[in-house]
This record gives sequence, structure tokens and C-alpha cells, in this order.
Amino acid sequence: CRLLRMGKDAGPEERPKWDNKAQYLLTCIGFAVGIGNVWRFPYLCQIYGGGAFLIPYLIALVFEGLPLLFLELAVGQRLRKGSVGVWKTINPVIGGVGIACLIVSFLVGVFYNTILAWVLWYFFHSFQEPLPWSTCPLNESRIDYNLECKKSTPVNYFWYRETLNITPDIEISGSVEWGMVICLASAWCIVYICFIKGIDSVGKAVYVTSTFPYLVLTIFLIRALTLPGATDGLLYLFTPDWQTLTNPRVWLDAATQIFFSLSVAFGGLISFSSYNEEKNNCERDAVLVGVINSATSIYASIPIFSILGFKATTAFNACKDENILALTNYFEFSDQNITLQNYDYWYEYLNTTYPEKFQSLSLRECDLQKLLNVSGTGLAFIVFTEAVISMPGSQVWAVLFFVMLFSLGLSSMFGNIEGVLAPLNELKLLPRWMPKELISAVICLISFLVALLFTLSSGNYWVEVFNGYVGSVPLLIIALFEIIGVIYFRGMKTFSDDIYIMTGRRPNIFWKACWMVISPLLLLVVFVAYVIVQAQTRPTYQAWNPDYVKKLYPDWVFAIIILLCVVPVISIPLVALYQLLRGRFRKSSVGMELNPYDNDAFVTDTQEQKTQRA
Amino acid sequence: MLEKILLLLSLSLSVAEGLCKPGVGEAYKVRFSIKTALGDQAYPWNKNEMFLFRAALAFAMRDFTNGEEFGVSDIHPCNETQRVSFWFVVTRPKTMDLVDKGTVEMAIKKSRNRINGAFLLTDKTLEFDGIYPTLAAPVSPDTPPWLIVFGVVMGAVSVGIIALLVYPLVQRKLKKNMDADDEDSDEETGVKTAENGANDGIYNSTFSDDERFTQM
Repeated sequence: CRLLRMGKDAGPEERPKWDNKAQYLLTCIGFAVGIGNVWRFPYLCQIYGGGAFLIPYLIALVFEGLPLLFLELAVGQRLRKGSVGVWKTINPVIGGVGIACLIVSFLVGVFYNTILAWVLWYFFHSFQEPLPWSTCPLNESRIDYNLECKKSTPVNYFWYRETLNITPDIEISGSVEWGMVICLASAWCIVYICFIKGIDSVGKAVYVTSTFPYLVLTIFLIRALTLPGATDGLLYLFTPDWQTLTNPRVWLDAATQIFFSLSVAFGGLISFSSYNEEKNNCERDAVLVGVINSATSIYASIPIFSILGFKATTAFNACKDENILALTNYFEFSDQNITLQNYDYWYEYLNTTYPEKFQSLSLRECDLQKLLNVSGTGLAFIVFTEAVISMPGSQVWAVLFFVMLFSLGLSSMFGNIEGVLAPLNELKLLPRWMPKELISAVICLISFLVALLFTLSSGNYWVEVFNGYVGSVPLLIIALFEIIGVIYFRGMKTFSDDIYIMTGRRPNIFWKACWMVISPLLLLVVFVAYVIVQAQTRPTYQAWNPDYVKKLYPDWVFAIIILLCVVPVISIPLVALYQLLRGRFRKSSVGMELNPYDNDAFVTDTQEQKTQRA
Repeated sequence: MLEKILLLLSLSLSVAEGLCKPGVGEAYKVRFSIKTALGDQAYPWNKNEMFLFRAALAFAMRDFTNGEEFGVSDIHPCNETQRVSFWFVVTRPKTMDLVDKGTVEMAIKKSRNRINGAFLLTDKTLEFDGIYPTLAAPVSPDTPPWLIVFGVVMGAVSVGIIALLVYPLVQRKLKKNMDADDEDSDEETGVKTAENGANDGIYNSTFSDDERFTQM
């Protein structure tokens, strides 16, 4: 009947729902498990005394990570709104937290997808024989290799020159790299196609993007353990150095790693859990997601470090071979008199017997430890690609690795985009006639255009700026306000009732203690310590020309850094101020939409009424 | 007569030895890394191998100069070491004039593979100090392969996007056509269908007559 049909259309849209619980869990796990699990955790584990690092890491997980996770999932599931609606419902004064989440999700999404564009570039280039980063290209006269490549290594050259075409300084912007632009466009198109129908399409995409990385990690694990030198890498990784536990920096890094690894404070998790049914055990979900995230980090570090160990051993032996050749030629020893086995003995002997001659040779220091000490983009695009060259069947391993990285990043991007779209819908900034496909397209297009900044020749430096500052301080502040908002504005009692309604039992003393005291304290300490550590030294960055050079950020970049830290969180005090002033001048309640066709009597008892009561 | 020949030979030998001075003039240094290349199957270095070297080099000179009759005696090695490295100079046939470095270099470059092959060695293990091997030109296909992969991936994604956007529109159009046919039959049997379709909401039959006049 048309009257009723109109009434239904003019009323609130039905909230999208997950097809099944597995989709929801896979999406949350995919959001939490990202590229950082693969390239940041193994590095931290290794520099902070291997097995010993697991202790502060697990303590931070239990006392900081899981409570925050549980809080976000519970709040989203109960109030059934995205990150803006949830905070507005709890108390309009802290509505700014949602807007901060929106801005942070947007900024992080923009630079994160650039990393995915880089991964795509490497993926496209992995279908060549030989791999393009295995040899230096020839120079113009074709007599010798390219000069810049000779000063550095072929892998470095491919990454810095052929991929990024990097400038020696962040102030020199260079030009837009068209190769990178089309990779960036591809990355955004792939994100768009997965997000085209909102969580209907995302829910299907995560069946692949969240499970495929585990498959690849297992394949790599089996392969890596059979490589020579793998055990060196693993020993290096897991040898516990209990001394490091006395260094406060270790605890700080463990806490920050857990926090950023779980992807809380983006608003995406709140949105995802709001699409659940109300009676869903979110406590179990939170523990599951948190534990799987940490387990993945530990599981991923095994093949990564085995391969690193293999690569370091190969490079170490190559370095020794080079020195052996130089020594043999200079001192005219018989061929193969000095071998890899007796290298150390000969090295010492010659150094002591003929010191001046020895010095004149200027042999390279062969240091195994130094070769194992890499993280971040360096680990994925430099060290790993170098390792892959030495493995038989390099193309297969390269393709597998980059597809895995892409899946990991893509599933995290879903959370970022959701953290942008859901609040936008709730802020009602967009006209109603726009279908969600068009809104997603516009968001992807705008993000793509902003990300063109990162396709400049100096783009890598900017990605590091964003990574270091947007993805750190604002999140800590948002998380702090989230806990305060739930515990003090909503009240522990109301929140316990919420959880009772959803899971059938109230939160036990552990959760309560964490939410009320331990987690906010921990977050505050981490935030203050983080700011102090950052403020102690003028921030520097590593430029490449073609040697690594440490440089200071110029003042205008420093100003942008400050802006990036402040702009996302400025909405929290602004909105609070606005609401307090508004509350004084007007007594009207928050946004009751007057809809002439909406006859409450005909609207069946929906969640709407329940939330109105809440 | 015999003494004269012997005197000339010894003179030439001593002059030749004077010609070959390490690091000076037209001398080249060469290094053999036989054990590195062949491992267990390495042959020992001895006078015969040296003879082979001189013969190979004489061949290279003949080949390059197109017939000038270089012989084994025109290659003069000296300063042989345990490394298996030595210096050598090349003289013109039947004279003691040194062949200049450039010519020797080009001759060696031209026949490098043949010289390597005679010793079962490679460019790296049979090293001529100062003569760099010509590098193999890298294969550069006309269309970079990465663009092909990119094209495939983007093509699939674009087709997917268009399909996902167009399919529901097509579905809706088909449904509208079907609905238009249904509604004509709906108006006559309005009450009956409403009772069957109770999941649409609570239907209040007092409004069913009004529909005829208040069409919106």
C-alpha cells in the first residue's frame, strides 16, 4: 500500500547487517592485523632482546589493548551507531571525539593506501625474468653499470630511483611520478570495488583478504625454515636478553605497538560492531580479536626472521668472499688458501703482521648483526626483495609476498574507510539523494587526489611524516577521551547494564579495574612519555642521495607536523565548548526529526525506541 | 754458426726479460683462480699451462691483426707467483718491438671467450687486470611487462565496478516493469493481497477506498 510504503521510506533506513558472525570477526581481525604486524613487530622483538620483549608486549595487551577493544566493540554494538553518533548519544559534549576519529581515519587512509600502491608496483614488476631489482641497469655508454646504482645496491637503486625517484631532500618536491600515479589509482579502485556496497561487499571481500595472508605466511614458514642461515635469524630474534626489560623505552614501545596494532580509536571498530545483533557476546569477540592479532604478529615474525637470517648470511658470506679475493690478490697467496672457514684466522694474522698494508686495502667490515637490523618499508621493499633474489623461483615468492602484503593492507583500509563513511552519514552533511555507491566513489576520489602528494618525488618523506605523527599522538588522545567518555559520562553502572543486556553477564572486576584505573593511567603515561621522547630531539629523517644521510626537518615541515597532531583532536574541545554554550541558550533536545508521515503507531518496535530509552 | 744462434737467442731472451717489467709500460697482469672455478677438478698450474696461455694469446693477436704471424715466443711472461698471477708483454713477430697496450687489450677483448674456454674459466676467474669484460645488455622488451599486468588487473577491476553498479539498476528496471503489470491487478484485489502480504506492516483497511482518489 502506497501510504505505508511512503511512511516506511521517509523513516530511518534499516541499518546494514553482517551476513554471519564469521564476516564480522574476519573484518575486525583484518582491520587489526595489518602490514605493521609483519614489519614492525619482528623488528621491535629483535632490537629489544627477542623473547624477553614478549613480556612487556603481552602485559600491554592484557591491561591496555583488550580493555580498549572490548570498550569500543561494546559501545558500538549497544548504541548501534557509528563513531559520531555513539559519542553524541552518550553526551553531546564529547561529540567531538567522533569527528576526531573521522579526520584521523581519513588522513591515515590516505597515506596507508600509498603504501599499498607501492606494494602494487612491486607486484606488477614481479612478473619479469630476471627480477628488475636484481641487477643494475647499464649507463648511457653501455660500458659500465649506472653510477648511482654502483654506489649503492641494485635493490636500493630500484626502490629509491626507479620506484620513488626520490629527491635528496624533503624540500625539493620534484615532479609527479606517473608510474606511481597509476598504481595509486589501481589501489583506490580496488578499495572502491570492495566498498561499493558497504559492508555487503566488504563482508565478502574479507573472506579472501583476511585469510589469504595466513596461507602465505605458512607457505613462507615452511620454505624459510629450509633456507641456510634461517636458524641464525631465528636465534637472533628469539634469544632473550633480560637486561632490556630494565630499559623504560622497551615498555613504552610495547605499549605503543599494541595500541597501534589493534587499530582502536579509528572509529572503524565501533561502526563494524554496530552492524551486529544486539545480543552478541562482544566480550568474547574482543578477546578473540586481540589474541589473534598478537598471535599473528608472533607467527609472522618466524618466517620473516628466517628469511632475514638467510639474507644476512648470504650478504655476510658475499662480503667475506670479496675481502678474501682482495687479500688473496694483494698478498699473492695461492688460490683458495683463505676460505670462508679460516677467514677470521687469516684476517687477524694479516692485520697484526702487516698492519699498514692491511689498512691500505680498506676492506669492508662484515657485520652479521648490522645486516639483521632493519624494519618498516626498509624490511619489505629492500631486505625482503633482496632475499627473494637468492631464493630459487624468485618470481613466485615475490608475487606471493606482495599479494600477502596487499591483502593485509586492504583489510586494514576497510576499517579506515568505514571510519570515514559512517560518521559522514551520521553528520548528515551529505544530501539524502546520494546513493552509498556515489558517496564511496567521491570519498575514494578525494582521497586519491590528496594522496597525489605522495606520488611526488619527495613523497616517501611525506609518508613518513604522516606515519610518524598522524598515526600516533592523535590516536592516544582519542583513546583517552573514549575511556573517559564511557566510564565517566555514561557511567560505569549504565555501561555494566549495557553489557549485561548484550552478553548476559556484567563485566567482572578485571574489566572494571582496567577501564576505571589501569588503562587510562597506562594511556596517560604512554602519551606523556611519547611526547617527552619526541620533544627531546629535533625530529630528523633519513634522506637518500645515494647514501643514507640524516637531516633535520625544515621549519615549515615542522609546522605541518604540529598541525597534523593538533587538527584531528582540536574538534574535541571545540565541540565541547559549542555544546556547553548552546546548552545555556537553548533548552531544546538534540535533533528530533519531525517527519509528517512518521506515525509512531505503525513503526514496529524497532531498536530506535530502545535507543531513545537509553 | 751455432754459437752465433745461441748468442742471439740468449741475448733476445735477456732482452725480453728486460722488456717484461711489472706495472710498467705495455705490460698486463693476469690472474688465474682455478680452484675457485673448478673446485675438485682443478688442474695444477705448470709450464704446460703457461705454454697454452702463450699460445692462446698468440692466437688472439693473430686473430685481431688479421694474420700477422704471432708466435708463442712473442708472448713474454714474468714475475709468476703462487697466486697464479703474472705479468706479460707482447712483442711483434720477429722483432723486439712491444705491441702497445691498446692493441693487446682489443685483441684480448675480441677473443676473450676463446681464451676463457681454453682454460675452462670465466671472465671472473681469469682476470686481466685493467681489461673489463663487456657487460651483457639487459633484455628490455618493447612493452614493459608491468604495464601488461597492470592492464589486466585494472581491466578486471573496472569490469567488476561497472558490473556491480549496473546490475542492480537493471534489476530495478525489470522489477519496475513487473510491478507495473502487478499493480493493475492489485487495484481490483487490493484488500485480498494486503491480507496476504501482512509482513508489509499493519494494514488498516479503512484507507483502502481512499486510494482511488488520493493517488500521489
